[in-house]
Amino acid sequence: MSLVTGLYVVLFYAATVLLVVGLAFRIKKYASTPAPLKIPTTPAPTTQSGVVLRLFREVVFFESLFKSNKWIWLFGYLFHFGMLLVLLRHLRYFTDPVWTWVALMQPFGKYASFAMLAGLLGLWARRFLVDRVRYISAPSDHLMLALLVGIAITGMGMTFVAHTDIVMVKAFFLGLMRFSPQPLPTDLLLLAHLGMVVALMIVFPISKLLHAPGVFFSPSRNQVDNPREKRHLAPWAARLESGEQR
Amino acid sequence: MADFEVPVLREYPIIPKLKEGTMAHSSPFVAKPIIQEPLGFPGELLDNWKEVAIEKMGELCGKYRSLQVYLDSCVKCGACTDKCHYYLGTTDPKNMPVARQDLLRKVYRRYFTFAGKYFPKLVGAADLTEEVLDDWYSYFHQCSQCRRCSVFCPYGIDTAEISMAAREIMDAVGKGQKYCNEIIGKVYKIGNNLGLPEPALRDTLEGIEEDVEDDTGVKVRYPLDVKGADVLLVTPSADFFAEPHVDGLIGYGKVFHEAGISWTFSSKASEAANFGMFIGSYENMRRVSMRIREAALELGVKRIVFGECGHAWRVAYSFLNTLAGPFDFLDPRYPVPQHICEVTNGLIKEGKLKFDKSLNDDMKLTFHDSCNVARASRMGDKPGGQFVIPREIIKSCCNYFYDMPADTIHESTYCCGGGGGLLTDDLMELRVKGAMPRMQALKTVVEEHGVTNLVAICAICKSQFAKTLPYYGFDMNSIVSLHQLVSNAIILSDAPKDDDENDDDGDDA
Ligand code: HEM
Ligand code: HEM
Ligand code: SF4
Ligand code: SF4
Repeated sequence: MSLVTGLYVVLFYAATVLLVVGLAFRIKKYASTPAPLKIPTTPAPTTQSGVVLRLFREVVFFESLFKSNKWIWLFGYLFHFGMLLVLLRHLRYFTDPVWTWVALMQPFGKYASFAMLAGLLGLWARRFLVDRVRYISAPSDHLMLALLVGIAITGMGMTFVAHTDIVMVKAFFLGLMRFSPQPLPTDLLLLAHLGMVVALMIVFPISKLLHAPGVFFSPSRNQVDNPREKRHLAPWAARLESGEQR
Repeated sequence: MADFEVPVLREYPIIPKLKEGTMAHSSPFVAKPIIQEPLGFPGELLDNWKEVAIEKMGELCGKYRSLQVYLDSCVKCGACTDKCHYYLGTTDPKNMPVARQDLLRKVYRRYFTFAGKYFPKLVGAADLTEEVLDDWYSYFHQCSQCRRCSVFCPYGIDTAEISMAAREIMDAVGKGQKYCNEIIGKVYKIGNNLGLPEPALRDTLEGIEEDVEDDTGVKVRYPLDVKGADVLLVTPSADFFAEPHVDGLIGYGKVFHEAGISWTFSSKASEAANFGMFIGSYENMRRVSMRIREAALELGVKRIVFGECGHAWRVAYSFLNTLAGPFDFLDPRYPVPQHICEVTNGLIKEGKLKFDKSLNDDMKLTFHDSCNVARASRMGDKPGGQFVIPREIIKSCCNYFYDMPADTIHESTYCCGGGGGLLTDDLMELRVKGAMPRMQALKTVVEEHGVTNLVAICAICKSQFAKTLPYYGFDMNSIVSLHQLVSNAIILSDAPKDDDENDDDGDDA
């Protein structure tokens, strides 16, 4: 096993562990922290199925963002759904045999990268051009966009300019999954692409990328509007009520 | 009139360019020890305030999922930046909701996140210093907790939750706000925000009964502490005497009278407002709420109804069952609690109230959706009932009604500028500037439809508008209570019929 292959094997295992453990820890924290009061932003659904629908619209259509700002919505939507198609296309590196629908959507995933890149560049431009967004941007907000743009450009470089050995890449990742590492191609584009992907995986659970799980735990969006019908009481509030020490 | 620049109303609303520091000087009076201590807070800024603040922050993150998730999730997309009336009115960037959150978030990141601990500059994390505390005190008292930002954030991040947490942290270290904490103290001691004791209350209500009788010839009762009444009415104490609030209270009495419902006020729970919410204190909010439960039990009522008040309705509708429930001792046929508008509109629908709409013909009306009613509660059994029901009542008793532009009403309503515990003279500049977007919308319907009056169902909105309307060239008396319109137009069936018959009162039965 070459040095490069060895390095990436270690990086990917480590990044996967950090990503999975970090996210699990965070999600557990969100799930176990009580929401002591009913605070859905109203008008809100009065049933649980209504809440599922509300969250569905938030996640699939970015409904609130659409109401809020058409430019951010447009760029955000291009980016996220471009990325979603790209990632679905990527499933071919991890499945053997490749699922039919993944095989069928390959061209879509390929060209979705343009949408993803355009969206990212649009969002990034706003961070420079709109004074309000410039004011609230920290270096990490720029870096996050830089990282994603970097991933997109190196990926597109491989897809449209200098192909890498896809068969070998796939063998490497299947090998990782079966705990029998295989050699990785060593062209720079691929190494850069994968290096940045590792970085993304590591920062995911410790950065604002937590918005992805966060949206499902937001009390203003996921609560049922039924406080008069059903008494809502958090465990710590119940203890307070019964006069115990907190 | 003012020692600050009053914003100009334009032809069309704009998103202003930001100007740093324009409101850095604005902060309310700090509470003295004598005000802090009865609420269980340290009297003065503690010596070890930093440690206490950080510890409190951690505690709150563990107690409130909202806080924890909101502090983590913001992506700085900027969608909320132009949604706050205080930003639009002051152009101070720290009044952009996300920037306001960041005042707390940067400290959270510094002490509670990996990135903030090791790479503070990179992620905009910062130590808790005296300057940061001053910024907190200033800008978390420039948020009326109106939740407009929450409507527009893709994750529903509610800056109100952050403000409440920040104020709770500041109370915990001994830096409380005089206005809110003094009022909560009065509620504990006397029973209401204004400090009206029982005899004064009784006197006032008797006076009102006399006035109504002089006016209508009908002996409408405004009862206090009547055991065995069906309904306990809890209303903001401003309703007992301030204009235009009291005209609304007169309306409540007429509605109950005409419908033949027995009701009473309580001297123990003579206040609907619950400033415990503004300071984010569950304990204080609960203590204030418990008076209502106790009064209902002592008086043996069957229903609890709330008068016109915004944040009080939020606490009542969304929190009362949690804080002071269960209310299994009340009549299960009615929701607990009910809003007076639900009661009135229900009676109108049943055909129990009749109006002579022409009696309101001297006014052309528009309706201000109060934030806490619009975005934090509901009326009726369908989502959005809080928008429909008040408008139905207005249309039942008035001929001329026009809505303000769609992006300034319903869930997108602009705050009056005085909510969230900011209705104090020491914040006048902020209140006037924060009223700008609402005034801009009002100007539109004044110009398009000749609107003369603004209707509100919130004591804070009414007081705030009475003060701020003149700054924008409107008459301070153009703010009216919703039940004042009801009171003007209602036909009391036992009224002496001296002159001509009532004319057709419409088909709203
Ligand atoms: C449940 C899944 C997700 C939802 C509902 C969601 C939603 C959103 C929304 C509404 C925004 C704000 C608008 C915008 O700037 O695009 C946003 C921003 C962002 N999202 Fe997501 N997202 C999800 C998953 C992800 C994932 C998996 C990533 C990571 C690779 C990601 C990366 C980002 C980034 C970097 C931004 C900030 C863009 C900027 O700087 O303006 N999101 N997301
Ligand atoms: C372990 C994970 C990943 C592997 C093994 C991988 C590998 C690759 C390879 C081999 C290509 C070239 C495809 C070709 O030549 O046809 C590519 C393209 C691309 N990758 Fe990745 N990638 C990974 C993760 C990601 C992630 C997380 C993103 C986005 C956030 C991303 C975005 C892209 C894009 C936009 C392209 C170009 C369009 C396309 O061919 O789909 N990749 N990737
Ligand atoms: S809209 Fe929400 S996510 Fe976007 S900047 Fe504002 S608070 Fe953050
Ligand atoms: S809650 Fe209202 S006042 Fe506070 S930041 Fe949001 S929009 Fe502004």
